[in-house]
Amino acid sequence: MYSILKQIAKAGIVTETAPDAAPLLRQTEQRLSDLVLRRFAGTLTIRHVDAGSCNGCELEIHACSNPYYNLEGLGIRFTASPRHADLLLVTGPVSRHMEEALRRTWQATPDPKLVVAIGDCGCTGGIFGESYASCGRVANVIPVDVAVPGCPPTPVAILQGILTAIAREK
Amino acid sequence: MSPESLSVETRRLPGAMPAWIAAVDVQSWRECAQTVAAADGRLVALWASDRRDLDGGFEISCALAMDAGLLCLRLPLPVQSPCFPGIADLFPAAGRMQRATHDLVGVVPLDARDTRAWLRHGAWPSDVYPLRRDFVARNVFTPAPDTYPFVSVAGEGVHEIPVGPVHAGIIEPGHFRFSVVGERVMRLEEHLGYTHKGIEKRFEALDLMAGARLAGRVSGDSTVAYAWAYSMALEAACGATLPERAAWLRALLLERERVANHLGDLGFLGNDAGLAFGLAQFSRLKEDWLRMHARLFGHRYLMDVIVPGGVARDLQIDALADLRESMSELEVEVRTLRGIYDEHSGLQDRFLGCGVVTPALAGKLGLTGLAARASAVSRDLRVDHPCIPWDTLGVRMCTAKEGDVAARVAVRFDEVLESLRLQRQILERIPEGPVIGELAEPPAGAFGFGWVEGWRGEVLVALEAGPDGRIRRCHAHDPSWQNWPLLEHAVIGNIVPDFPLINKSFNLSYSGVDL
Repeated sequence: MYSILKQIAKAGIVTETAPDAAPLLRQTEQRLSDLVLRRFAGTLTIRHVDAGSCNGCELEIHACSNPYYNLEGLGIRFTASPRHADLLLVTGPVSRHMEEALRRTWQATPDPKLVVAIGDCGCTGGIFGESYASCGRVANVIPVDVAVPGCPPTPVAILQGILTAIAREK
Repeated sequence: MSPESLSVETRRLPGAMPAWIAAVDVQSWRECAQTVAAADGRLVALWASDRRDLDGGFEISCALAMDAGLLCLRLPLPVQSPCFPGIADLFPAAGRMQRATHDLVGVVPLDARDTRAWLRHGAWPSDVYPLRRDFVARNVFTPAPDTYPFVSVAGEGVHEIPVGPVHAGIIEPGHFRFSVVGERVMRLEEHLGYTHKGIEKRFEALDLMAGARLAGRVSGDSTVAYAWAYSMALEAACGATLPERAAWLRALLLERERVANHLGDLGFLGNDAGLAFGLAQFSRLKEDWLRMHARLFGHRYLMDVIVPGGVARDLQIDALADLRESMSELEVEVRTLRGIYDEHSGLQDRFLGCGVVTPALAGKLGLTGLAARASAVSRDLRVDHPCIPWDTLGVRMCTAKEGDVAARVAVRFDEVLESLRLQRQILERIPEGPVIGELAEPPAGAFGFGWVEGWRGEVLVALEAGPDGRIRRCHAHDPSWQNWPLLEHAVIGNIVPDFPLINKSFNLSYSGVDL
């Protein structure tokens, strides 16, 4: 126990300041009322769906939870069930084999809900494009509020995308 | 064994790794496979191609590993009945690969015990084969319901737990069907293919140089291994020699990818056993490591740094001191954390004896990579077939014999430390010179292999050039093909809550096998 405490003390707190929202990433007008946004601003619950990604974006979504970006410190957490989620964070070109699963996950998420598409593939279909096996971008399957480009986007860009989705338009 | 001991004529291929190719008939296809299997060889990959426009038929190919190197068998198949003798009885890992080649090209393994579709769920009909040359990639079909016939387990008290394809954590999609009695797992059956996005078909729309970028996105966590394997294959097809400094830089990049992934996994393994401290510490170390990548090479995961012909960026001299210092700091921290992991009774209680793959089973089913080395299978391409610079560096292989989660954790710790040693050696001894060379356009039909020991295991790329510098066929093979079936065995008799821990201890790729 002593060695654990010593290591924690030695590492210290490395968390950095969170980025500001980036309105340019928005795909639609803010659809949520001020009242809802005030509630989300305190705590937001995310369900991640890999709809066909190469796993690169997943690495960076994981990184958002490391001590530097400390997603949970902002009141944002990941949940195992779409029924508990406020926001879906979707990666991939949507493979045709995941199309139905993604749609069902979206349907299972209670309203009001937000969708953030992550990565070049999520934004446009990326290098995989559209084909017999790929539906391309996330917006081809479910409505998307915010899209974050990058291959993969950095944790700061992902945080920015999430914060943009819940930003109040002033 | 070596290719001379085979009954067929073989031709040595140019390239960084020792590889031979042989055109075989139905009889020698089986004979060669039997000879290699009897000499303790293994199956690396199996794929099929449509060659009706060239020589009037289909072709099934396999890459086998012998002591001397890689042996590629190519068996032509007639258009009317594209059937071939299956080899899953010799190499169990061939089973799913044969099913996938049927789904994509429509060649049929004879005497196969399992003929269910593997990569095809409902996105295309059973009589349509997307990797045939006359199939248009943009063809879209009305999706059919996904009704996979799982093997059901019957008996008193047996029930099923279906998991996925959308998983509880931040993980790739796949389906796991557990048959359990109480908490104990009797059987696990995997159903993958959810992330099939037509990668092999996509390759055929690209030119040879552009293929490297796609190869680097077959499995994002192994982008360096794939980019190197693809480039190695293309350089072999071109008959090009890699500038020596480029080979050393590629080795540095591959080792940095290995450490990045091991750091991540060691954190998650602690977390999955209830030690959140481990995740916080290791994810901090991994972030430091990735930031150094961004600074040195312009990308946190080193994507697109390896390009055909060499590497896109050289090391900047002014960063070397910081690089060395960060490696020393990491080593101190990893040794401290290893001490904490080793002495943490709660953690060891979960790790020890959990998810065992015995050395005998690992050998029989063809386990590969770090998981194999944790089950006393001492194989590592950097040691077995050392190309430049491994021949100079002398990699010390890291192994364990228990085959449990604890062994896979120990191999990761050992490999991080060994990898840091190798990286220091590379920085010390890397030769001066250019980092990229010219590639002449290979003639149509030129063939090359890339074979690289990635952090997870051996990555293979088989590449055939088409006319005008285009890709005729590219098969990228992930070591997870071999290791997924072993996960099904590793969980038998364990309790359901230990599955995430066992699964993480292998950390296999979905995208890499779904293609």
